Amino acid sequence: MTTPPRLQLASGKVVLTGEWTLAALVPELVHLREQLAATQSGALAWDLAAVERLDSAAAVLLWRTWDERWPATLNISATCRRTLERVAAAPVSDGAPLSAPPGLIEQLGFLLLAVGEHARGLVTLYGQMLLDLLYLGRHPSQLPWKEVAANIYKAGALALPVTGLVGFLIGVTISYLSALQLRNVGADLFIINILGISIIRELGPVLVAVLVAGRSGSAMTAQIGVMRVTEEIDALSAMGISRSIRVVLPKLLALTVVMPLLVLWASAIALVGGMLSAMLQLDISLAYFIENLQRAVPVANLLIGLGKGMVFGFIVAWVACHFGLRVAPNTESLSANTTRSVVTAITLVILVDAVFAITTRGLGIPQL
Amino acid sequence: MSAPPAVVELCGLSTRIGERYVHRDLELRVERGQIVGLVGGSGSGKTTLLRQILGLIRPTAGAVRVFGQDLGAAGRLEQAALLRRVGMLFQGGALFSALPVFDNIAFPLHELKCLDVEWIRRLVYLKLNMVEMESAHGGLMPAELSGGMVKRVALARALALEPELLLLDEPTAGLDPDRARSFVELLGHLQAELGLTVVMVTHDPETLAGLATHIAVLADQRIVKFGPAAEVMAGDHPFVAGFRDGEQSGLL
Repeated sequence: MTTPPRLQLASGKVVLTGEWTLAALVPELVHLREQLAATQSGALAWDLAAVERLDSAAAVLLWRTWDERWPATLNISATCRRTLERVAAAPVSDGAPLSAPPGLIEQLGFLLLAVGEHARGLVTLYGQMLLDLLYLGRHPSQLPWKEVAANIYKAGALALPVTGLVGFLIGVTISYLSALQLRNVGADLFIINILGISIIRELGPVLVAVLVAGRSGSAMTAQIGVMRVTEEIDALSAMGISRSIRVVLPKLLALTVVMPLLVLWASAIALVGGMLSAMLQLDISLAYFIENLQRAVPVANLLIGLGKGMVFGFIVAWVACHFGLRVAPNTESLSANTTRSVVTAITLVILVDAVFAITTRGLGIPQL
Repeated sequence: MSAPPAVVELCGLSTRIGERYVHRDLELRVERGQIVGLVGGSGSGKTTLLRQILGLIRPTAGAVRVFGQDLGAAGRLEQAALLRRVGMLFQGGALFSALPVFDNIAFPLHELKCLDVEWIRRLVYLKLNMVEMESAHGGLMPAELSGGMVKRVALARALALEPELLLLDEPTAGLDPDRARSFVELLGHLQAELGLTVVMVTHDPETLAGLATHIAVLADQRIVKFGPAAEVMAGDHPFVAGFRDGEQSGLL
């Protein structure tokens, strides 16, 4: 239906015909550009009378061919002339030169500033939480019970299958690998000590924290982030509802409460896995295993594990809410902050775990 | 040569979303050069109809033909070529929130992969100029724009590929009356110069009166009235009558 754009050069006169529109130009662009380049030398007369349509993309092409000047002789219809006039009148330069990318030292500086900024934000959020708790202590009726319960269900109850499965598999794996070693030195019975201490005290809490950071932490950041993008957070404030009490606090409370329970569940399942593996590999009966577990693992280990779970749960929710509240209203920022939230939460959890290991080194290790 | 195919042709179109029929046996034929104002009560499926034309929603029954080709049946390359001839202005702008204004408008041009940087730059500033934005606004992020500016940038992006068919969802909502008027003028010019075809959803009587050559009234899941603007506005369908009264009281 459309007639393709054509250019004829005849005796000092350039004749354009057909449709000069972007859609029609694209297939012929290479050829046409060569022809247009050939016309650039010398003052020629231009005949655009036979052009059926001329859109601004084609007009820009012509205007650049003409070196931004009107040719001496130009035969053109009124509508096409208007299009060209608009191109001629349009501003050309944005004036703002691109700034050079920052150097290595500058980047380091920016990184340090960002870390400081985040530390400040986290402390502010913590302070806000304490103030909110103080306020809720005086006005208990304002406690957002429903939100807390919903968060406990989402982050806790719904996480049971995955934490159970991962715990079971880790228990089986550790038990299996340890059994291979212990059998070599004839220390079969120590499998109970190894499994008990490592799972209850260390692996259970850290494993669950990593899973929950990936599962619930990212969800919390994304949720708060999208609420910021869609201005729902502002809508809450506009109704006079505190966003920190209604949005942030329930997540902090819920995860702090539910994480020890998840740790208990995952550790128990991991021990069951380990027990099964030990029974199959080393012929240690289940009854014997359970009986000796009480002797080999002092109860302090369980308390340390649950305490860690509580702290880790708080850290995951705290970091998730912090990054969620910093999401700028665009998609890039949302994805970047969700990533940062998970990475920071896991890093902090492992850091705090090291602190726990040092401060509790005198507790719960059985003396043989 | 046979008559050119209609720019948009909807035949026996039915759309079901969930259990509810949005359209049933809907017929519409938009010829080249027409500016069709699509009116109807809120929730009558006007925006859904625009999305149908773009192929974003597949019809439950019936066919959508754009430039005489069925979008659903076209291959991937044909589809891309067809959609390049269509510009859409979404109600909320639908700007890419991660890109500044300049890149938003340049994006479809870059995607053609055959225009040089200088050409694209000039075209972007030209479009910005067309919608009465300053070049300096090119560096702003969509979140930093006011509602009216979002609308104008979205229009500039819709116009970037020099579309032959322009679909507008509430183009003048959120613009001040002056801007709305110059927007109507701009579309009028473009229509005259390029033979643009426009299908627009609007609630603004002034835009409708100033721009639409044809009006389609969407009610009861189908187009109950379609024809030249003056003719439809003179009709006696309850919705048209309500619209007309509203316009009159607005003018008083």
